[in-house]
Amino acid sequence: MLVIGERLSIMSKRVREAMQRRDKETIRQISIEQYKAGAHMIEANIGPAEDEGEELMEWMVTTIQEAVPLPLSLDTTNPLAVEAGLKVHNNEWGKPLINSTSLDPERFVMFELAAKYNVPIIALTVGKGGLPRNAEERVEIALQLIEKATEYGILPDDLYLDPLVLQIATSQEQAKEVLKSIRLFRELNDPPMKTIVGLSNLSNGCPKEIRPILNKHFLALLMYEGLSAAIVNPAEVMETIKTIKVIMGNTLYAHSYLEI
Amino acid sequence: MNFVVPKEKYLNRIPVISFGKEKKIFIGGENTLPFLKFEGEIPHKPLIAYEIQDAPPEDYPEELAKIYSSFWHDPVEWAKFCIELGAEAICLRLMSSHPDSQNTSAEEVAETVKKIISSVHIPLIILGSNHIEKDSVILPVVSEVARGYNCIIGKAQEANYRTIAASAMAGGHNLIAMSELDVNLAKQLNILISQTGFPKEKIIIDPMCSALGYGFEYTYSVMERIRIAALMQGDDILCCPMIADVGFYVWKTKETQASYEENPSWGSLYERAIMWEAVTACSFLMSGAELLIMRHPKAIEIVKNFINDLR
Repeated sequence: MLVIGERLSIMSKRVREAMQRRDKETIRQISIEQYKAGAHMIEANIGPAEDEGEELMEWMVTTIQEAVPLPLSLDTTNPLAVEAGLKVHNNEWGKPLINSTSLDPERFVMFELAAKYNVPIIALTVGKGGLPRNAEERVEIALQLIEKATEYGILPDDLYLDPLVLQIATSQEQAKEVLKSIRLFRELNDPPMKTIVGLSNLSNGCPKEIRPILNKHFLALLMYEGLSAAIVNPAEVMETIKTIKVIMGNTLYAHSYLEI
Repeated sequence: MNFVVPKEKYLNRIPVISFGKEKKIFIGGENTLPFLKFEGEIPHKPLIAYEIQDAPPEDYPEELAKIYSSFWHDPVEWAKFCIELGAEAICLRLMSSHPDSQNTSAEEVAETVKKIISSVHIPLIILGSNHIEKDSVILPVVSEVARGYNCIIGKAQEANYRTIAASAMAGGHNLIAMSELDVNLAKQLNILISQTGFPKEKIIIDPMCSALGYGFEYTYSVMERIRIAALMQGDDILCCPMIADVGFYVWKTKETQASYEENPSWGSLYERAIMWEAVTACSFLMSGAELLIMRHPKAIEIVKNFINDLR
């Protein structure tokens, strides 16, 4: 499973301040921590980034890739910033990922970028009409997204469908719908469609000490359904990922399986 | 429409192990299952090492004694005789060190090793007696004496791998990691050995051998699972060449010892004993072994022909 380190996000006060001050050392340090914890990609979430978005994304991409030999997930709603990031991204360690598009026509420009730079893209199964109510609505949107992607010349293999994980504290019934969506998304193509979640949104708003518990258990269930990628705090979930891979028979068991 | 042979895609390549000083020999390097050359590359042939022992063997049956007894009082002469027979590699088993045998000291066996390395110029495998405590005493000394000769040292087991791996690393040797007939234990031992800093690409897996009719199918299936895990599941830890210590197990069986008179329906002892070793060896080649340790020259010849026919 593809593990994308979530920690370089504008949502974190420490990271936000580092971005504002262009404090390379903090970004470097968090990148290295995530790399050592087992991340395969690093997410650079700069938020809407309406002012100076291009310059900020360029700075993030180069700062992170100076620190770790990994590709990046570029997370912003500003297409100019995404393109700026794609331009400076070092593809030696893998292709970057665009995070994200959706069925909102304003976001279709992201499809254009994915096609232009031949990179994979995350497609959120939300339309213009707001959040989907259940798995079936998500599947309907997913089908339209696959069709839209094809119009732009993007292959299903380059599309990561994101069912949108919601907060357990406010939308408890949605957790089960997300699990079901992963299963149904996979059935939309052969080979199965790729799926992704932003895991920790599940526990957003929950007490700090129970957040990892919620995240880890939910991830285990998602993996059982066949999840292909997750944006996570790698240090928090690596034990779960290794263990579920063993239980699912994807990794051969050895007593020291957690150490490798 | 033309028929296209369906091909399996493999995720890994077995590392190449080179051993020997003046004359180097290579095993491994393939990225496909045994002999499936249409699906991948198999750059090196499986290798057979002739087994010799550091003292006259106590348990070699008649068919082996007939061939080796006039040489086995001196391991150097014995090794030279094997080279005359066409040996490409020699496996020296320090059997006299076993506490139930002569319990020879590390210094004594080290002397034997010195003599061998100074007069035998083909690649060398050096094994202890498989006694956990004694091997952990003699193998470090042997590794040191043979420093720079790029041997294969063995066998490290879960209970003694630390000292053996550390000394093999210091001496620049390859290492045999032996676990007990279990794919998960094989993986675990490789992890433990790697954690000592020993380079993973110099490990040879010994999943514990057995003879035809005596647990043979356990070894066969463990080897098969190890190789499938390495190549088809992409398990990097188990992606190592494998060794089958054939002669040691085969020549203990009653089929290699019972005379014709004892059991006429079994046929000639000579043919039966040789075939017992040859068939066991050929089968382990099919399950993934790159390196065989064997005893009878005639059996070795049969297995060599088998290898050449299939390549």
